[in-house]
Amino acid sequence: MTERYSCIVLDDDMTWGITEVSSLCRVDHQLIFEMVNEGLLSPEGGTPETWRFHAVEIKRIQVTLRLQSDLRVNLPGAALVLDLLEELEELRCRLRQVP
Amino acid sequence: MEYKDYYKILDVSKAASPEEIKRAYRRLARKYHPDVSKDADAEVRFKEINEAYEVLKDEEKRKAYDTFGANWQAGQDFRPPPGWEERFQQGDSGSRRTSSHQYSDFFESMFGGGRGRTTPDGFSFFEEEYQDLGHDLHAKISISLEDSYHGARRTITLNRTVLEENGRLAIKPQSLHVTIPKGIIEGQQIRLEGQGEAGSGRGERGNLFLEIVFLPHPIFTVVKRDIFLTLPVTPWEAALGATIAVPTLGGNVDLKLPADSQTGQKLRLKGRGLCAKNQEGNQYVTLAIHVPEARTAAQRELYEKMAQLMPFNPRSGLGG
Repeated sequence: MTERYSCIVLDDDMTWGITEVSSLCRVDHQLIFEMVNEGLLSPEGGTPETWRFHAVEIKRIQVTLRLQSDLRVNLPGAALVLDLLEELEELRCRLRQVP
Repeated sequence: MEYKDYYKILDVSKAASPEEIKRAYRRLARKYHPDVSKDADAEVRFKEINEAYEVLKDEEKRKAYDTFGANWQAGQDFRPPPGWEERFQQGDSGSRRTSSHQYSDFFESMFGGGRGRTTPDGFSFFEEEYQDLGHDLHAKISISLEDSYHGARRTITLNRTVLEENGRLAIKPQSLHVTIPKGIIEGQQIRLEGQGEAGSGRGERGNLFLEIVFLPHPIFTVVKRDIFLTLPVTPWEAALGATIAVPTLGGNVDLKLPADSQTGQKLRLKGRGLCAKNQEGNQYVTLAIHVPEARTAAQRELYEKMAQLMPFNPRSGLGG
């Protein structure tokens, strides 16, 4: 039996507004505001109505939610972890380039 | 079913105090959190750690585990004694849920499913709104660079809660066919609508997020969409220029090596990286000049002749 389902790749071509992001990640607007204020998310656009979020930010929200529930990390802590993880990934990447 | 040594998993003694157990748990949870750790078995470890803590943090469960677990050694079969089930099978629907909420068979046989409907992770103000919606599932899928370059189809199996005919929720392994689109890159997610956990009542199913992870490749490395390759060349190819067949994910491609090339120079093969509809990736070829050993007298002579004919100081920049 083949099940039919819709399948979307969250890729670099797509951006989402705040309402789409909040339903995609199942969080409410308030939390997204807080994450933007914390510098954890940096959407394009100057006002919340025009904010556009990229796939990488969806991921940052999801990781933050998991860090919060699993390790009791607060938002500033999550922002720090995410930045450090990004830097770590970049360094690992460079390390792989070394023959 | 295998007995699990929860003390060993948390690396604490059987006499450990609740504080010691909590500290050990927090330390290990940070270390093996799947979003933080790069360990291949981080996810499995994280699940084990959470399961162990679920039991050892609870005085009653710990006592029960100690009593009935005393006679079992890790790895041996565990059979719960009669009458056991009524005691714990009520489940833990109220307990905190982590990203890795599925327990082992061992745990389930001792303490029951523990998977009644819970609210989504994190934020209590959503409980109302999403009460009937199934949980989203997050999983990783490992693919090769070739899978991304060409696109691929994969069948994955995951344990999900499904709504059975009698209206109860059960965990069942289920297979899904997933199309891996061409040009997908590491860290990107595929969202499969309605393929998460079953909702309760008439609630909709949650969604499934599959995160792409690349398997290591024997010759290529990858940074985002770009593919990197170190290409060994001979001194005469580098000096005189040459056309060299270079491996790419799409097969060999002729690369024109210009004369006077040097080790470390990077050449670009445009569009030979991971390309998606509107995104282009390149392949970068880094040259590494390999020098042949002088094994015979004639070969040594040739090097000596080069030294005479081609005075050359590669260390001039060092102030020598």
